Amino acid sequence: MTLGRACLFLALAIAPTGAIASLYGARAHRRDWVAVGRRSVYALAAVLTVAFIVLEAAFLRSDFSFRVVASHSSHATPPFYKAAAMWSSQEGSLLLWVWLLSLWSSLVLFLTRHRLRELAPYATAVLLGFATFFGALVVFLANPFQLLDPAPADGVGLQPLLRHPSMMIHPPMLYSGYTLFTIPFAFAVAALIARRTDAAWIRATRRFGLAAWCFLGIGILLGARWSWSELGWGGYWAWDPVENAALMPWLVGTAYLHSFMVQEKRGLLKAWNVSLVLGAGILAILGTFLVRSGILESIHAFGGSTLGKPFLGFIAVLVIGSVALVASRRDELRSPEARSYATLSRESIFLVNNLLLVGLCFVIFWGTFFPLISEAVTGNKASVGPPWFDRYTVPLAIALVFMAGLGPLMAWRKTTLAGARRSLQAPVTVALLVVVALLALGVPGRLPALALLAGTAFAIASVVQELWRGVALRRATTGEAPPAALVSVVRQNRRRYGGYVVHAGIALLFMGVAASSAFQHVRDARLVPGQTARIGGYDVRYVRATSRVAPEKVTLGAVLDVSRNGKHVTTVRTSRGYYPSTDPTAGPVGRYFDGDATTEVGLQAGLRRDIWTAVQPDIGAMQRMIDGIDRRFPLAQGDTQGFLLTAVAQRYAAAPPPAVFRLIVSPLVEWIWLGGIVLALGGLIAIWPPPAARRRRAPASSWAARLGRELSGA
Amino acid sequence: MQFFLVMLVLCGATALMASPLIWRSGAAGGKGAEEAALEAAKEAKFREIRDAEHDLRTGKLSREDHQVLDAALRAEAIDLLRRLDAVRGGPAAT
Repeated sequence: MTLGRACLFLALAIAPTGAIASLYGARAHRRDWVAVGRRSVYALAAVLTVAFIVLEAAFLRSDFSFRVVASHSSHATPPFYKAAAMWSSQEGSLLLWVWLLSLWSSLVLFLTRHRLRELAPYATAVLLGFATFFGALVVFLANPFQLLDPAPADGVGLQPLLRHPSMMIHPPMLYSGYTLFTIPFAFAVAALIARRTDAAWIRATRRFGLAAWCFLGIGILLGARWSWSELGWGGYWAWDPVENAALMPWLVGTAYLHSFMVQEKRGLLKAWNVSLVLGAGILAILGTFLVRSGILESIHAFGGSTLGKPFLGFIAVLVIGSVALVASRRDELRSPEARSYATLSRESIFLVNNLLLVGLCFVIFWGTFFPLISEAVTGNKASVGPPWFDRYTVPLAIALVFMAGLGPLMAWRKTTLAGARRSLQAPVTVALLVVVALLALGVPGRLPALALLAGTAFAIASVVQELWRGVALRRATTGEAPPAALVSVVRQNRRRYGGYVVHAGIALLFMGVAASSAFQHVRDARLVPGQTARIGGYDVRYVRATSRVAPEKVTLGAVLDVSRNGKHVTTVRTSRGYYPSTDPTAGPVGRYFDGDATTEVGLQAGLRRDIWTAVQPDIGAMQRMIDGIDRRFPLAQGDTQGFLLTAVAQRYAAAPPPAVFRLIVSPLVEWIWLGGIVLALGGLIAIWPPPAARRRRAPASSWAARLGRELSGA
Repeated sequence: MQFFLVMLVLCGATALMASPLIWRSGAAGGKGAEEAALEAAKEAKFREIRDAEHDLRTGKLSREDHQVLDAALRAEAIDLLRRLDAVRGGPAAT
């Protein structure tokens, strides 16, 4: 048995043992057994780290005696992608999942080792329960350490579509998000079991929930960026099941990050919050299931379909267990007293925002699983496309963006009408000015897009106003210069201002989505060198064809010149890479055009607009030549094969047949990615621990004085 | 070599897990659920007092509303401090 495989068996032994020790410790009030459970999580992280390193080293060394390395990497795979090839496989990605779970679990249990005595053992057991399930998957159903004897001389190589820089970090980001969502889930279950439904568990896990939300958000955006710049269809979001699977827990996570605050401050919404946390945790597992089971067709799913039943069983246990637990603790989840808040208050805005987010999640859930629902009901697998999603999600998104602007303007508990009017004045004016400016500039009056753009202007203006107010107050008391005052106010209340920055990021992101969706120009044109196509005010001229032969692929492409009103704007290069098929019956040249192919997008990105081009060479026009070479040289290999491929490629460049180009001019797409960066920055500000509170335990002359001192010192 | 490494990992993991049973720590340490809940409630209440102050200064809350709210919040905060001291068995203010 190899070291890696032994570590997996050991992990599978450690996880349930630790869970049982934790439960025994909690029930018998044995702190030593509780500590055994916690240290089991540390041990689990250690052995899985060894397993992870062993597999990663095998990929980097191109050790094809490991089946997973042979089927997902090759000598020709660049080292950068060799390192990331591990999570392109089913087995490697599941190992990544359980490894990340063990790391985050260790971190939260280490941080809470002196706190939450009653909850930690149950949370440990739940986390180790997750580890047991995923450990069993990698041991019994998706073994990453399966060996090949004899080992092949070379591997198949990495799936060409995954050869993109963002793919290096996209899966770890998504999986970090998914696994981090299990932390609040585990503590919520523990709080319900221990009947401690106060805010302590929320306080202990808030940063983990926020980190999950950030990682998942970044992962989703990296996937969208990959789709825009690597997949040749010309979009960044297709309402694909795998995209939706990541978006659903993110939306529910967004909801609970807001409603948590209401429980923390007011003791309200306990049942709602715990349901959201449990829902986000289950949706995170569902997301992993959708990617790994292959149950729904997706351009992002590279997994097999052998894991469907165990996953479904596990999800069923989670759903039934969660519902039963919430139902059985309904008395503890009631608010201790009737506490009201005004209609015009931040609590009300959070409630509306929660309903919108959960509604959005429900729409996406319904649309994603509609193929399975329709098959179960009618026997036919019908699916819904982007227009269906857009019909329901766009109005909800518009309302959400307005809420993102409205929230920071409202006071907790009660906002006076005069105060609301004063706060709303500038943001509403800015939103109206944006609409008027867009109409004056001749932007087509598409109502949803204009409403969304007005909403983003409103949200950004409200955040800027709040920051400005904070800075002005600080300056009035300290006389600091504006930049120093800005840093001070943010540092003083990282949660508040981190949240505001996140709202600004979301608004920028939606601005990009609204503009690029409603006002983009798309055209498919069939061109030969010298011909020009006009799109969105730009002239795109096919200058010349290009070709290149490398060991792993043949690339056929085009150079395009883009001009506007006769003035040169940019030159873009787009190409299509053809990777050889592994079919042994295919000819030495033809096999390159029967295998996988990827598009290299020609992209001129800018803050105002992206010019996006993709070429589809007409291989059919060269088929006779390719077939003829294959017939004459069926056994060509090595240099001969390279010579023949070069001949075909040179012929293409010298006398190219007409090629089909997809041309897109899309405004403000870059703001989606910039919004993502702002969002991540805001998340980081909100996660960053506040300065250590100055603990003053000395007796005070009066409670009021002590409160004053603690308030100023904390 | 593989066998040696496997045994090393096995022994290390076992020692890590079993250590609390072998070397029992006498320290009671650690916060109970009651103290953690009160700590969380206190932090939230402090934040609420500061937020109300901020809302007043930014004009979202009227002075009259703030006076009523601040008095109520401070009373609740003092109650939490009393209960925390009682749980910790610490010093009491007058």
